[in-house]
Amino acid sequence: MGRTVRIKILRQDGAANESHWDVFEIAHREKMNVVSALMEIRKRPSTTEGKDVVPPAWEAACLEEVCGSCTMNINGRVRQACTAMIEELCEVEGDAYVLTLEPMKKFPLVRDLIVDRSRMFEGLIKVKAWVPIDGSYDRGAAPPQDDSIRKLRYKLSECMTCGCCMEACPQVNADSEFIGASALGQTLLFNLHPVGSSLKGDRYDYITSEEGITNCGNAQNCAKACPKELPLTQVIAQLNRDTTVHKLREWIGLAG
Amino acid sequence: MAAQRKAAVVGGGLAGLMTAMKLAEAGHKVQIFSLVPVKRSHSVCAQGGINGAVNLRGEGDSPYLHFEDTITGGDFLNHQPPVMRMAERAPAIIYLLDRMGVPFNRTAEGVLAFRRFGGTLKHRTAYAGATTGQQLLYALDEQVRRYEASGQIEKFEGWEFTSLIKDEQGRCRGLTAQDLRTMKIESFPADAVVMATGGNGVVFGRSTNSIINTGSPVSICYQQGAHYGNPEMIQIHPTAIPGEDKCRLMSESVRGEGGRVWVPKDPTDERKPFDIPEGDRWYVCEELDPVYGNLLSRDIVSFIIYCTCRMGRGYKGGQQVFLDISHLHHKKGMTRELITDKLGGVLDIYKKFMREDPIDHPMRIYPAVHYTMGGLWVDFEKGHEGALDIESHRNQATNIPGLYAAGECEYQYHGANRLGANALLSCLTGGELASQGVLAYFQNMEVSTEDLASSVADDAQLEQQSRYDTIMRSDGTENPYGLLAELQETMWNNVGIWRLQKDLIGAQGTLDELTERSKQCAVIDAGAWSNQAAPFTRTLQHMIEMSKAVVAGAINRNESRGAHFKLDTPQRDDDQWLRTTRATWTEKGPELDLDEKVDCSYIAPRARKYKVNQHSIVTKIMGDDFFEKNVAPQVGDAAGK
Repeated sequence: MGRTVRIKILRQDGAANESHWDVFEIAHREKMNVVSALMEIRKRPSTTEGKDVVPPAWEAACLEEVCGSCTMNINGRVRQACTAMIEELCEVEGDAYVLTLEPMKKFPLVRDLIVDRSRMFEGLIKVKAWVPIDGSYDRGAAPPQDDSIRKLRYKLSECMTCGCCMEACPQVNADSEFIGASALGQTLLFNLHPVGSSLKGDRYDYITSEEGITNCGNAQNCAKACPKELPLTQVIAQLNRDTTVHKLREWIGLAG
Repeated sequence: MAAQRKAAVVGGGLAGLMTAMKLAEAGHKVQIFSLVPVKRSHSVCAQGGINGAVNLRGEGDSPYLHFEDTITGGDFLNHQPPVMRMAERAPAIIYLLDRMGVPFNRTAEGVLAFRRFGGTLKHRTAYAGATTGQQLLYALDEQVRRYEASGQIEKFEGWEFTSLIKDEQGRCRGLTAQDLRTMKIESFPADAVVMATGGNGVVFGRSTNSIINTGSPVSICYQQGAHYGNPEMIQIHPTAIPGEDKCRLMSESVRGEGGRVWVPKDPTDERKPFDIPEGDRWYVCEELDPVYGNLLSRDIVSFIIYCTCRMGRGYKGGQQVFLDISHLHHKKGMTRELITDKLGGVLDIYKKFMREDPIDHPMRIYPAVHYTMGGLWVDFEKGHEGALDIESHRNQATNIPGLYAAGECEYQYHGANRLGANALLSCLTGGELASQGVLAYFQNMEVSTEDLASSVADDAQLEQQSRYDTIMRSDGTENPYGLLAELQETMWNNVGIWRLQKDLIGAQGTLDELTERSKQCAVIDAGAWSNQAAPFTRTLQHMIEMSKAVVAGAINRNESRGAHFKLDTPQRDDDQWLRTTRATWTEKGPELDLDEKVDCSYIAPRARKYKVNQHSIVTKIMGDDFFEKNVAPQVGDAAGK
């Protein structure tokens, strides 16, 4: 015991500023996660060079991996900071765990470890990720639903819009408009609902646009990066079939 | 249709989104202000489910029984008419969520499945796996997004609420808020404002709350004249994984399925916990109450664990005891699959943060602050036969005209302790009722945002700008995050499970000190873009003001009721204390009044039935003479203050 954690953080005051690295060192404690380490730094934000600096900016909320806030690149891999346990993730050099933190790179940088993920929420509008109920007044129960479909819907509905799938995807980049796997998962989620499926046609039209599903290069990084283990590659395969059938039906004049 | 009005909703959790959706549906414009994207609000953390007496299993369940359980759970401090309304609305609310597409667990026939939860014998809790809160929040988020797409709802995510705008008549006419990227403070006139900003667990440090749950917005309203009801009522959950950053809840269902609480008889025992033989273990709950054992109520189990650790008898002498299910597989032969099927979601959280499988290793746990029963004081109005008059503008209304509150940030539904699976429900029914209150208020409103003198809004904005500038110009040396840790230590140690009058009075002094020191914070970030430290300093100041009300309420309430257990006055005292603590902010500290009697128009208070109580636990664990040595005898009658 008595180890320290040496934390190297990529700093950048804003998108227009130069980036640089700051290195901090704090005492390690058992079962310490990355968020605890960041909390410790801000209580005394001095670098290993003895320079007092502004505490690094980062985002977090629930700290139990359900809110999706604290996504960042940790030792080169995108994930949530709250479940990132230092003892397991870090190499030991001398008596220090070595930890490297960087912001996600596929989203516009805000500051330090914070990026702007609003395009993910805009994506949810584009795929009409909702059930178009008539109104919120009392109208009795919903139609009965098959519990096996419910199980798949539940899995898809655990998506917390954290951005891991986007960060890991080679097709999400500055030159592409690809909406990403997360929104495609939500497309299937609502297509599988008896009332949500009434907007299926609109969703297919959108996901067959240039922002849609054809961008997928089948790297399958999304499913590997997803902290909630959503079956994203199966989702995309399913939607590929569904859109083909939809186009076919449209072509022979059956689709509305 | 009445003229289109504009409402501002602060907070984008379940209560805020419900209110916003309902107001938009009624044709009004809504602006939602939220620290984080609303989809990341603390409602996502609720695991267990949502109560509603649908009686789908022929158990004779009814909203009345749900009401009764809620009132008994609250130890009779909750006003009964709004609770009755909540219980009556519950089935319809659950059906509504079902229609919105929440992936609730279902039966073979395909209809909603219900399960049992704490505090009741009926199958009354609808659930979506182990993430019911997340699923409910998303369903509301999706409906609100529809209105966002059509332009009727506008979201201000990443904005921090900084103050109410009040006109000369004292009415709430909007709010000011700060964009946490550009740091710009702006004013937003509105016809009504609804607060839906959740609880204040972060004040206590050891809490299951998200780190955004500082209670700061409630404190702001309180400092601007809103009454604060029952601030002393804070729920502490017995079994959470202790963590430096936060504590993570281990659901009550673990004890329900046979989990046992124990510590090694020798706290310095070096053996692996699993290898410590039965004879060297102290099953503390089972010893204190052989009948209920580990299934004693939340407050009692929390208290036992606390006393054990306070006496240095926690594992390794620290603040941890074991919650153990390893015997289920290793001694009783339950299969791993069966255990996982029953407790999977909960065990996963433990594995994720402690990297041990609870099926093979006793879990290390400690109590943590879980829920804020107290909050902004809100009104209600009774109509026909004493039931709630849902057309009244007074429902969910604070004492500031035009300011409403819903969800955990208000005090109305849970009394002195909240029943499991009632939190999500009260957010939704409270949000619904708040929207009805606001609609009624709009109908009789003589003014509108258009005729608000621009100087009123400008003054409010300038005041907040000047407050922020003061923080940015400070030449102090305190680190605000360090001060937060001190505030949390003070509150947890003196106002948590263990409440003693002299400690509470001591805490008052510490809070006064912290007030001064929080005005002397160093400018650790002078930046004008996405500055986190300066707004945090402001939040910290608000947290301290709020903490003063919590402490004052606990000092004043000379009885023990629900979550408030004070060693000096261990009994419930209905003659004097069937009353709301109502705090009003002053610069010198909170002023409390007890003018409001609890509305018990449906059922009369009755005694709780305990085999052991906190008093007997203390004498058993800490010695017979503990009270003589440590608790000053009570003199006089403090109720009439």
